[in-house]
Parts: sequence; C-alpha cells; structure tokens
Amino acid sequence: MSDKVLLDYGSGGRASHRLIKDLFLKYLGGPALNRLDDAAFIEDMHGPLAMSTDTFTIYPLFFPGGDIGSLAVHGTVNDVAMLGAEPRYLSCAFLLEEGLDMQDLENIVRSMSEAARNCGVQVVTGDTKVVPRGAADKMFINTTGIGRIIADPAPSGSRAEPGDAVLISGTMGDHGLAVLAHRQGLSFETDILSDSRALNGLTCNLIRQVGNVHVFRDPTRGGLATTLNEIASQSGMEILVHEERIPVHREVQAGCSFLGLDPLYLANEGKFISILPETLAEKALELMRSHPAGRDAALIGHVREGHRGRVILKTSLGGHRLLDMLEGEQLPRIC
Amino acid sequence: MVWVLNFINKFKDPELCRNILEKIRNEATTPFRFMEVCGTHTVAIFQSGIKTLLPENISHISGPGCPVCVTHDREVAAFLALAEQGVQLATFGDLMRVPGPYGRSLKSVQADGGRIQVVYSPFDALQLALDNPGEKVVFLGVGFETTAPAVAATLKVAREQGVKNFFVLSMHKLVPPALQALAMERDIRVDGLLLPGHVSTIIGVQPYFFLASDYGMPAVITGFEPLDILQSILILLHQKKDGRIRIVNNYKRAVADQGNPKALAVMNEVFVPADARWRGLGNIPGSGLLLREEFSEFDAWKAFDPKTEDVQALPGCRCGQVLKGQILPDECPLFRNKCTPASPVGPCMVSTEGSCAAFFKYFV
Repeated sequence: MSDKVLLDYGSGGRASHRLIKDLFLKYLGGPALNRLDDAAFIEDMHGPLAMSTDTFTIYPLFFPGGDIGSLAVHGTVNDVAMLGAEPRYLSCAFLLEEGLDMQDLENIVRSMSEAARNCGVQVVTGDTKVVPRGAADKMFINTTGIGRIIADPAPSGSRAEPGDAVLISGTMGDHGLAVLAHRQGLSFETDILSDSRALNGLTCNLIRQVGNVHVFRDPTRGGLATTLNEIASQSGMEILVHEERIPVHREVQAGCSFLGLDPLYLANEGKFISILPETLAEKALELMRSHPAGRDAALIGHVREGHRGRVILKTSLGGHRLLDMLEGEQLPRIC
Repeated sequence: MVWVLNFINKFKDPELCRNILEKIRNEATTPFRFMEVCGTHTVAIFQSGIKTLLPENISHISGPGCPVCVTHDREVAAFLALAEQGVQLATFGDLMRVPGPYGRSLKSVQADGGRIQVVYSPFDALQLALDNPGEKVVFLGVGFETTAPAVAATLKVAREQGVKNFFVLSMHKLVPPALQALAMERDIRVDGLLLPGHVSTIIGVQPYFFLASDYGMPAVITGFEPLDILQSILILLHQKKDGRIRIVNNYKRAVADQGNPKALAVMNEVFVPADARWRGLGNIPGSGLLLREEFSEFDAWKAFDPKTEDVQALPGCRCGQVLKGQILPDECPLFRNKCTPASPVGPCMVSTEGSCAAFFKYFV
C-alpha cells in the first residue's frame, strides 16, 4: 500500500478492499466484522437498549494521553454507559483526507483496537470515505455504540431529586488543558495528560453494587459547570456545589490561571458525574475510589429545590456565586 | 498531585480572609463605595464570592479597566475592515467576539473567510509573519501599559531583522489619564480606588500620586487574590477614617515602587502618547499610544489606512454610566434583555472581564 491515503481507498473497488483487509480487519476484526456484509448481524441483544453516536474531530490527532482513535472509542462507550448500560458493539466510520499519512492511520486504528478491547466492546460494522485534499482536516471518525441497559429505571439527566448527593469521579479540566497546551506548544513543569478513558467498568459496578443512581453524565465539552447546568435544568432543580471540594490537578490550576481559563469549563474525557440519594453517597464514593477510573472521586455538592435550573457555587471563602453555563469557546485573555 | 480549587497559596487562605472580613465589618460604620479599575479585579471579586461577603453598606463598582471593553467602536470598525481586506490578522483571543458596526465581529468575519489567528504574545504574531513572508500580518495592539512593552519589544526585533510584512494596529491605552478623566467627572460617586496590579508592575506608584494630591481620592495598588483585595478594602476604610489620603502599594510582592524602568524605556522608545477614544468615556487627551515616526513602517494605521467611520451607538446602552459607577449593570434597560454575553450590545458585556458580563455570569 502507498504510504499516503489515496482517493482510490474510498472507491469501493480493490484498493478499498485492500485497506479494509490489511488495516481495519487486521486490528478491529472479529466474527461480525469479518463477514464483510452490508450490515452487522447481532443476535444476542435483548431488553432495553441504549444507543449513542458521536463524531470526533480533534487537532492534533495525537495528544498527550491519547489520540483521536482512543477518544472515538471512549467517547461513545462513555455516552452509552451514562444511560446505565453495558456497551457492547460499536460502528465506526472514517472520513479521511487524501494524503493522510498511512502510518498515522495505522497507529490510530491500532489505538482504537486497544481501547475497544479494554472496554469490552467489539467493532461490528464500519465505513471509509476519502475526500480530496483540503475537503477535511486529516481525519474525522464517527462511532455509534449500543449496549444493554442494566439499571432500572435508567439514570437520566432529569432524575435529580432534592437531597441527592452530587459526586464526580476525579479531577476536572485535564483533557481540555492538555489538548490546548499541546496545540499551542505551551509546556508546563509537568506534562498534563488527557484523561481520555472508558468509564463503563466503573459505572456498571456502581449500578450493580450501589444501585439507584439517579443521574450519570460525563462532563465533556463545556466542562463540569455546563453539565451541571444541563442537569439542573432538565430536572427543574437547583444544584449547590462547594468549590473547595472540586478536585483539580495543581498543574491544570496553574495552567488555567496563566491562560485565563476556568477548569470548571474545560472538557473532560474520562470523568463522570453521579447523582444519587445521600444515603448511598458514602458507599458509592468508596467503590469509586477503589477503581482506577475513580481514584480522586469526591462528593462536591447537593441537589435542592430552589431556583429551577440554577447552579450555585459556594466559594472557598464562604461566599456564593452563580456557576453559569459556558457561552461559546473559552478564549485566552489579554492580560 | 491533586489540589482542591483555590488553596494554592496563602493569599487564598479562607481563614486569613475571614479575619480581614471581620475587621472590614467592624470598620464599615458608614456607607462606602469603592471602584476596582481592573477587569481582573472585577472577576476576582465575583468569582471568589467576596461580593456576597462584604457588609451591605460597602458597595463596589467596576471601572474602565478592561482593555477589550474600552476599545472604541471606530477601532473595531478599523480592524474589521482590515480583516475584510484579506490581510492576515493576529490577535489576543478575547477580541474575537467584540461587536462592531452592524453586529459584525472577528468571529463572524472569520466565518466568512477572513484570516484571523489567535496568538498568545506579539512575538507569536511576528513569527507568523516570518513563517509567511508572502503575507502581510497585522497584530491588533490592544491593552494597557501591561501589554504595550511586549509589543514595543517585538517591534524592535522586527526592525533589527528588517521584517517588511509585519504591522501593528496600535490601540493601546494608558490607565492614569483615564483615572484622571474619571476623577474630574463631577458626578462621580466613588470613595476609593483599587488600582490595577498588572499595570502597576510596569508604571510603579508615582503616576497615581495626583489622585490623592489633586482629587483627594484614596487608592491602593492591589493584587488579584482574595486576601489582596480584602486587605486593600480595609486600607481604604482606614484612610477614610483617619483622613490621611494617600496612594498605597499593597502588592509589593509584584510591584516595585518605581515600576519596571526597562519596560517603560522600551515602551517610550517605540510609542508616543496621543489622544484616544475610549468606549463609554469618549476622547481622553494623552491616553493612547501611537507608533513613533522611527517605527512608522510598521504602523498599520499608516500602511492600510483602515476606515474608521463613526458608528451610531445602540440607543439605550448605558455602559458609559456603568463604567463611571453611576449605575449598576442590572439598572440598564438592555441588561439581560437585548444585551447578553451571547449577543453583547455594549462594551461591558463583551469581554469576560467586563463588569456587565461578570454581573451576568456570577451574580446570584
């Protein structure tokens, strides 16, 4: 094969078949994908199902702590998991720019394969398109995931109730700052790594061993602040969080302070919010902290009646302020 | 290592802050209004919750110390015109959303194909010019004394290297002349000023002396942590009580009394003070910086002569009064209605450090 992606590879002809066989089947192959039929044949999924789709575009393709491939697997697996489901199958569509480095593509597909194996999902169907140079930025990946819901009732952003405890699974802002810093060529004393990882292992444990989770939600784009606002608004509740209980890596805090950014608005790709009755909070925290995906888990606040859809931050000094939703992109400031 | 928000240093220590707050409560026997000049202070006061912790008879208003907010409509019109001419612009990020004539902004011009690169320092902008010798790169020079020296140093490097495709559209502004304009306002209602920490690291203490000597206005150079701000408020209250009005440097860990002579020298070598228009405040003599004759080859105003048509300000916008502390943001009829961070009308809603934006974002 050529060392660059050619338009031929998306033609559907021999060149496409070679790419599928030598690359995609090599790394992602399995009983369903290997059949090379027009659709995936799935016979073992019954009961309530969760399905989610997401398209991934990130610059740079490789960043500290991950790459677009692992991100595309984790992102969709996590979205399925947030509905209280056990993710099982993924579809995967690649949109490639002509001229993309084949080695980069191979590294990304390999990384997807590892990520899928680690979170116990299989890629069962896929698609590849190649567009002329300039029509896309290197590569976009779409993944769709499906899984069986094991929680009854399923968690939902609209189920937060007065008195519920608000838990987060770890530090905030790592992914957003890692990507931004890498993109801008900024370096800090210690490397900040993206937190991109699968969360389904831990969320399934929580459902099975603690139960009665009202809300799972991963604070990706828009960060913790935006996600909490979504939940408050969907549930018609007010949420109060304590600034001093929100874990943030020191390097992330310092980097944000330098760039004029707020870690509570930065994206996370391996963290989730869990809202459940206060009586279950301690058990849930203990379980989370014993799992690699929840080592720094913390109880950060509570749900209450009050002003519907509002999130209040109690500051370290004991004052209060609104924790509003992110408006647009966060932009570094002048001074 | 995991830290919890806001415990990085002793200037955020809640215990120390509570002590000072207690003293402020004891001192604040009569109503007192202070103005923070710097947008970073505005955000810190809201963000830390200080606003909700001060006794009721202490109120604060946010002054004109956000460089984005005070960039004048005519200046915005000028750089949008440059972007539409197809020149490569390099800018600090927070200028991207500033609305200009007809609701246009750099963001919308960019969506239409305008070439705009967000940079973190003027040197990045110069690098952009060096990397693209066939392009004309214009850096949008917005900011106070904090930013101007770095731009000046960049221009010196550009001249030494004989760069021909790098330009600066200087819209820099100077803080002391604006403070003088505020102090001269007859209907100004301010009992004391928190002076900007970053600007003071460059200019030092002396340029503020006139505030105390000519206008009887107490003022304290202040850092940006909660403890800095609370201490400075306490100093202002003390001055009011004992009647000894003076300028105090309460940010000695960063601000030398004489400022930064090297930075001042390079700034003066490249720039010359000129009259400037401020959004909300109007024309203020000697409050802007233009490139000196020796650097005129880099002057984007001269090289491109962008149009600075006069634009009609939106009727009803009361940013001018907000900037002078005459009204609070929510007393403006546009606030939260026509004017929001998503579609800002006035300067104070534009930047994240603007007083209306901070009020909108944080006020409970």
